Parts: sequence; C-alpha cells; structure tokens
Amino acid sequence: MNTSAPKGFSMKTEMTQRVGATSLTLKQVEVIDTAGGNVGSVCRALERLEYDIRLVNATCAPTGNVPVILPGVGAFGKVMGNLVSSGMDTRIKQLIADGVPFLGICVGLQVLFECSEESPDVSGLAVLPGAVVRLKKGKVPQIGWNSVTSLDESWCSGYAYFVNSYVAEPLQPEVVLYESEYFQKICVAVKRGNVTGFQFHPEKSGTFGMGLLKQWLDESNAKLGSN
Amino acid sequence: MRTGFLPKSTEPMNFGYNSQEIGAGLCKRIIPCLDVKNGRTVKGVKFQGLIEAGDPVEQSLAYELQGADEIMLLDITASVEGRATTLTLVKEVARQLSIPLTVGGGITNVRDVEALLAAGADKVSMNTAAVVNPELVRDVAESFGSQCCVVAIDARLNAGSEGWNVLIRGGRDDSGRDALDWARECVELGAGEILLTSWDLDGTRSGFDLPLTRAFAELPVPIIASGGASSPACFLDVFSSGGADAALAASIFHFGEYTVGDVKEVLTSNGVKVRI
Repeated sequence: MNTSAPKGFSMKTEMTQRVGATSLTLKQVEVIDTAGGNVGSVCRALERLEYDIRLVNATCAPTGNVPVILPGVGAFGKVMGNLVSSGMDTRIKQLIADGVPFLGICVGLQVLFECSEESPDVSGLAVLPGAVVRLKKGKVPQIGWNSVTSLDESWCSGYAYFVNSYVAEPLQPEVVLYESEYFQKICVAVKRGNVTGFQFHPEKSGTFGMGLLKQWLDESNAKLGSN
Repeated sequence: MRTGFLPKSTEPMNFGYNSQEIGAGLCKRIIPCLDVKNGRTVKGVKFQGLIEAGDPVEQSLAYELQGADEIMLLDITASVEGRATTLTLVKEVARQLSIPLTVGGGITNVRDVEALLAAGADKVSMNTAAVVNPELVRDVAESFGSQCCVVAIDARLNAGSEGWNVLIRGGRDDSGRDALDWARECVELGAGEILLTSWDLDGTRSGFDLPLTRAFAELPVPIIASGGASSPACFLDVFSSGGADAALAASIFHFGEYTVGDVKEVLTSNGVKVRI
C-alpha cells in the first residue's frame, strides 16, 4: 500500500498555493497572546475548526502570511498597555496596512477604535474612526445571549453570547456589520476591508458563532490565496 | 366632545409590547446543571437511552445540541484527588463545548478559581466559601473580572416568614444572614451574577420560588433561578412573573421528560425571548 500518495490532489494544490509547504495538513491562524486576556477559549474554538494555531507576540512575530486574531478580555487601558509595551501596536497597524486579514474579538474590537470611556487617558489603535462608550441602560455588564442583526447579506443573523460593559460607536456607519438592541441600538460587529471585529464572543456562541469564525477564516484564506 | 379619537400625544407609546422585553434584547437563558463526582455524573441522567450514563462530556454536548444556553457543572467531589479529576473533566468539556461553561462546588480560594479558569471554565460559582470569607468574591472579581464571578446563594424562608436566610455547607447550616442583604453585598464586592436556589422548593417539583426570585430580580446583576422546576410552564412563570434572567434545572432534563428545546418552544410561543 502506498501511504505517501496524497489523498486529494486538488486539496494539495490548494494548500500549497495558500500557505506554502510548511503545512500540508492544517490551515494556519495566528492568535495574539500579549493582550492579557485568556486566549484559551478562542484557541479551543479554532482547534474545533481544525486550524493550526500559532501564538504570536513581541518575541514570536506574526508572519503576515496567515489571518491574525486579537482576542481581548479585560479593560481597554490594560489591553492597550500590553500591546504598546510589547510593540505589538505598531506591528498590528502594519499588518492591517499590509492587507492581512485581522479579527478583533470583544476588547480586541474596541482597541481598533480611537479611544474608550473605560480608559480616557489611553489611545486606541485608531484603525477605525470612533470611540468606545459605556452601555447606559439596563444591567451592566450585558451578560448573555442577544440577537444580532446582519447589515450585510453575506453574513447571517442569529444569536450571540455577550459579556460587555462598553460598545463601539463607529463614526463611519458603513463599517457596521452587525447591530443589536440593548435598551438602545448598539453596534456589535464591524468590517472594513481586511479588518473585522466582533463585540460578542463567537467562540462561545454555539453553532452560529462557530459558523461566523469559519466564514471569516474561509474568506481570509481565499483573500490570502488570491494575493 | 369627540370620543373615539385620541390626539397623538396620548397614544400609548409601546402598545403591544412589553417594554422590558423590547428594550432588553437579551434572551432568557436555560442552564442544565450536572452534578459530578470524581469526573462522573451522579444522579441518573438519561437521554432516552442514547447517551452513556455518567459521562459529563457527552451529556454537556447533548445539552448544547438541545439548545442549552450554558452548562453548569457542580462538583460534589470531596477528596483532593477527585478535585484533580474535576480539572481534567473541565478541560475536556471546555475543549468540545461552544457555549459558556460554569463550574461550582468546593471552591475555597483564588487558586481554585485560577485553576478552573485555566482549565477552560468561563465562570466559577462560589457558595459557602464566599459567606465565610466575603473578600474571596472581591479577590475573584478583581483578579478575573465580574463576568466570571458567580455567587450561589441557597436561600430558605426564615422563621418569621419575613425574608430568607442564607444556608451554607450544602444546606446543613443556617448562616443567620439575610439572603437579600448578602446578595447586595456580593454585588458590591463584584459578583457578576447570582445563582439563587430555593431551599424550600428544591426537589419538590412544585415550580420555581416566585416570591424569592421576584425579591432578587431588582438587583443590578442577572439572577439565575434554581430549584423546583418540573415542567416548561415553571420556566414560563419564573421568567414572566419571577423576573429571572436565567433558570437552572437538573432532573427535569436528566430524566428525559423534557428537552431544553421543549422548554424553549413553550417560552417562545408565550412571547418570552429565548435563543432558538
């Protein structure tokens, strides 16, 4: 029996085109682990999608060849402080400028904006114009499942799991990908070019959330493959 | 004077809507709870014979498929070796589950919490240890955030029937503290949610304790009602008239009488917003 024969030629060709010879079996994704939050739950979700995860930080730099995810749990100021002190802030801005698919989750979305009411003296990455503001009504933090409505027909609506006290208010309405109601209309996901952000936790949002992650990864890999 | 004509200013603003419902947006959560000991589920859990009895990993995943919004693992293991088994179990459940996981039972200090969160729990639930040492709640909230800090309160109607006292050590001791006062203190200390179990109704199958739940619903954090559920109607009551944000139950789901989906169907058809 010839065990060295590839199981599918088409797959081999596709993989070689995408990520080169380094990984013929699993697709890769890079997860930034300097932000102070727990990256475990995001990594477990990516493993369920059969991705090979590479943790990146100041000493282990992103390659620029694979999609990058910034999970973030904790305060805006703390996450930005960690990014700045490790030099990852400029690195992230460069990746985004270079067109690398980038996904921020929770506070990882918030730091894409210019500033936050949570940490008024701290500047964000300012990749997207706008500020992050505190939820003004209802129980804060918002903990639980909320319906999210897609404003882009290629992304479906559903229910997502939230844990947040703050939400982004983009200055450009066209970047809003999903919105929800929490005693007022709130922006819960953004997308502009190669930059995407989810305020909710797709990794905790059941099949719907896993579907969103998969869709983002598929789109990202298609984009990288066509470059 | 004309009748039957209402000038615009007196038209009801939210006619046809429950303002709480429309504004909140958040879904009411259904949380199946598994009692685990030495890594296995105790109490017989039957999913119409499809699932191997006693495997909390398979049971958690089956509940996720049924539409559970979160899973609670209550560790009733006493021994130190058993605690290590629990951590292994939490790791395995977290690896496979795509919804939030809360773990409670036997947490006495911040190190226990750290180990559970590192193993993949999203939230931890503290009970007796928090009553004995309230600073534990503050430490956990400050170290890991309020979002993962749940305080479980076992409440029993007090002798004068004028309120509820906090029971500790699995209901064996009355702490003498007023439950609502304790809940308020927990919120000040940083608790993100209160898991409220009625010791009067737990196991009676006579429905959730609505007066108890109502009394706690005014707190500024989500209230998870627990104890007494026997039918989907009980869930409808605890959300519509009890004001709970979530409801936790064990035996109603374990014995295969109702699925989480059955409960949600009744809730949806009665206008309660749930994730479907």
